[in-house]
Amino acid sequence: MSDIHALSGAYAIDALDDVERARFERHLADCTDCQAEIASLREAAALLPETTVAEAPASLRVSVLEGIDEVRPLPPVVASTPPPSRRRRVVTLVAAAAAFIAIGGIGATVWHPWSDDSSDSPSISAIDRVLTAPDAESLPTDRLDSGGAVTLVRSNSLHTAVVRARDMAPAGPDRVYQLWLMHDGEFVSAGLMPSGADNTVLLEGDPASAEAFGITSEPSGGSDKPTRPPVSLIAFDQA
Amino acid sequence: MTHIGPVSTGASPSEEAPVPATDQASVLAALLKRAGRGDKGAFAELYDATSARVYGLAVRVVRDPAQAEEVAQEAYLELWRSSARFDPDRGSAISWILTIVHRKAVDRVRSAEASSRRDTSYHQQNQAVEHDATAEAAHASLEAHRVRGALTSLTDVQREALELAYFGGYTHTEVATMLDLPLGTAKTRIRDGLIRLRDTMGVPT
Repeated sequence: MSDIHALSGAYAIDALDDVERARFERHLADCTDCQAEIASLREAAALLPETTVAEAPASLRVSVLEGIDEVRPLPPVVASTPPPSRRRRVVTLVAAAAAFIAIGGIGATVWHPWSDDSSDSPSISAIDRVLTAPDAESLPTDRLDSGGAVTLVRSNSLHTAVVRARDMAPAGPDRVYQLWLMHDGEFVSAGLMPSGADNTVLLEGDPASAEAFGITSEPSGGSDKPTRPPVSLIAFDQA
Repeated sequence: MTHIGPVSTGASPSEEAPVPATDQASVLAALLKRAGRGDKGAFAELYDATSARVYGLAVRVVRDPAQAEEVAQEAYLELWRSSARFDPDRGSAISWILTIVHRKAVDRVRSAEASSRRDTSYHQQNQAVEHDATAEAAHASLEAHRVRGALTSLTDVQREALELAYFGGYTHTEVATMLDLPLGTAKTRIRDGLIRLRDTMGVPT
């Protein structure tokens, strides 16, 4: 049994730190043994709350049933296409651009950190430059627990990266999703994500020297450091 | 148990009276499917069938009842939002639900905002007392009784590691330090404990 396989139990009950979890999820995508084991271990873990049942306050029922009025259920996953390989791969110039356009239309929502104007055309060309760079590299898609997905394409020669988010849950009232790059174990802000479930954003900062990329929910305007655990975290292979 | 659990005041929730596991699984799965089509009544039923476990888990992990209520609310909104994504072929509805709740609760205690957590020494000094406090709060439900019985089949270290990780929200490396285990062995204890719980309870693999 490989060492990473032994993390299955800790993964099943959220006992990995964020970087370990991101690494394990990359392993999990290709390891059917681990997928089956985690499913069965989660069934076992789901028995533990039988020992801690507590009557919920009436106010919770009211707030939940009022809250769902304002939330549209996501559509089911209907695609029968096989899940994308999580194996890290270098994508060719044409394939990278084509893949992104195929995912959801590059003109749909485009934004970059130094402008709030979502129709700003220069940002499209900046994003295009990353996607069509000879060394454009698409990292494995991170499927979020909340149902959304985040894909990152980086170009080390251009010292930048583009992140595309789909089906993201709202960050919450007076909150915003903030993008981060981890350098030497510290998260440094890489800009803010505009509101909306689907966005394509050019990162601030150089991903070539970073260890990981993350997204957190922060108070409006963003934070100097993450104040919540990442909703998405993509570990870069160590150079 | 190594933590003070939520003490339920009086009656254990009658809506969670023992129901054969397979019936409950199919009922919850059907409610989720209807919720995915926007059926709020079905979601209300789902809430009533699960809220004692959901809230109980949230309050056990985050401790503070007000924060636990927030965590439970966030979790239910996410469940509503993603209900159409539940795939009964990949696991039971209750496992899917509690996995989401647990993750939200753990995220909350690990966030920078949760700065009032007790430290390691406090845990270790108070284990005996906490055991008793939890025992007093024991619920009479048949399922809880079975689970507690199954937990006694774990070794002490497996059970402590599992409970610190699951109910304490600690990472396996933190658990290793708290239990004075060699680095890297807590993850094995957690996994072995879950496997033993799974097999003792007859969870399909």
